[in-house]
Amino acid sequence: MDNNKEKSFIYLDNAATTKTAPEVVEAMIPYFTKLYGNPSSIYELASSSKRAVAESRETIAHTIGADVNEIYFTAGGSESDNWALIATAEAYESKGKHIITSKIEHHAILHTCEYLQKRGFEISYINVDENGVLKLNELEKAIRPDTILISVMFANNEIGTIQPIKEIGEIAKKHNVLFHTDAVQAFGQLPINVDEYKIDMMSASGHKLNGPKGIGFLYVRKGIKIRSFIHGGGQERSRRAGTENVPGIVGLAKAAERAVNTMQSRAEKETELRDYLIEKVLKEIPHVRLNGDQAMRLPNNINISFRFVEGESLLIMLDMEGICGSSGSACTSGSLDPSHVLLAIGLPHEIAHGSLRLTLSEENTKEEMDIVLEKVKIIVEKLRKMSPLYEDFMKA
Amino acid sequence: MIGGRKMYSEKVMDHFSNPRNVGEIENASGIGTVGNAKCGDIMRIYLDIDDNQIIRDCKFKTFGCGAAVATSSMATELVKGKSIQEAMQITNKAVTEALDGLPPVKVHCSLLAEEAIHAALWDYAEKHDIQIEGLKKPKSDVHEGEEDREEY
Repeated sequence: MDNNKEKSFIYLDNAATTKTAPEVVEAMIPYFTKLYGNPSSIYELASSSKRAVAESRETIAHTIGADVNEIYFTAGGSESDNWALIATAEAYESKGKHIITSKIEHHAILHTCEYLQKRGFEISYINVDENGVLKLNELEKAIRPDTILISVMFANNEIGTIQPIKEIGEIAKKHNVLFHTDAVQAFGQLPINVDEYKIDMMSASGHKLNGPKGIGFLYVRKGIKIRSFIHGGGQERSRRAGTENVPGIVGLAKAAERAVNTMQSRAEKETELRDYLIEKVLKEIPHVRLNGDQAMRLPNNINISFRFVEGESLLIMLDMEGICGSSGSACTSGSLDPSHVLLAIGLPHEIAHGSLRLTLSEENTKEEMDIVLEKVKIIVEKLRKMSPLYEDFMKA
Repeated sequence: MIGGRKMYSEKVMDHFSNPRNVGEIENASGIGTVGNAKCGDIMRIYLDIDDNQIIRDCKFKTFGCGAAVATSSMATELVKGKSIQEAMQITNKAVTEALDGLPPVKVHCSLLAEEAIHAALWDYAEKHDIQIEGLKKPKSDVHEGEEDREEY
């Protein structure tokens, strides 16, 4: 394997996915090659797999202050989200058919809500303020006697805003409503204790924290009725059938352990780089806007709108310079509307179209931030020269 | 998002990175602006037309994705030096073919480029009280910005 080749690109899309850490890959490999037994089988070879799954479950439970029996492995965040919503809806529909969520959730939540709406459930979508923070009084007002679930993401993947989870947990508890949080972007980046935040269910995904893709988990507090989502064999205490993805589970646990151990140092480094680049862009490029809360923000998230330019063009030009980012423009989402998150915080369409999301990792450097700044400056200038919106603005 | 460079042909990438005829024409014979900020695509074409009804010069400005830039750039190349009648014959299909094709989801950009040419020709026709055969009033008028938002 050629490890000597310098990486020829600057990767700033860690919110989309992350590199699997070498120690995670190393931990997984034996479960592909030597210890490949099915955990349900009776022979000696299988007992290593079985043990690995149990130990991994314990490791994960420990990272969020949960019980071993409250962790269920899934194929990723989307499955966990689907399961949490649908299973709760089915289990509690005799109690009520009203679910509350936010306008800025990931599509795995929003589209599952739409699915439930078609099946007779009522969904309330709570607004956020211009920084993307959920409006708590609106949330509380929306609660009804027939509300069975509140689902609000821990931190937003696009604009990085960290939600007031503690307050939401308290409101849910006060009104005796179950509280689920999609913590896919937050797990591994922020400390989470399910008791402290009064979380009843939580989704997480391995590939967002230098773990492998295709694995995640759903935390479900003891005592909550949770029906089987995938039917079949008796795996995951008969709630989620399918031969366990042992390497994936081992990798997820290793990644979670690594993330928790390095969380503070990573957060410090990333926050510094993040704020450095944000400050420079805001200072040195005119007509820009930071999206998302300045303070309550994921350590690695930068989301800036560049007025008069469009996101896909920005990204292609950045790609040509070896810089990987993402955008909230319609062209990149494949629909006619730009990101629902950017619209929810009140951005006009054309500003939302001109957004750039850069999400860094602890492997990025200050030099890379300087390179990115210079390239972005040049690209934005080039695109503005081409832009009829810029032309009109300058003439006005 | 699907990979930019893999999604687009080499010709599209060329017109995107080295767009032809970017700019404005002072005292243009005709200017057409189509699309709107809501969808994220706005194209503006300037035409300089001489007394023989030949398009002497053509410039463009575009706010939009890679395909939007490439199609408007190619459109200016195709009409430059042509007569008005020849320019009227240029379709979105011609623009797309000249670019060696576009991904299906981006074909609407080529339609917008065709509309931009027509809008510029319509403007020229109106200014000079001329009738151009086959030319109808452009259907999409640019939404001149949303309500005033805070400056930043």
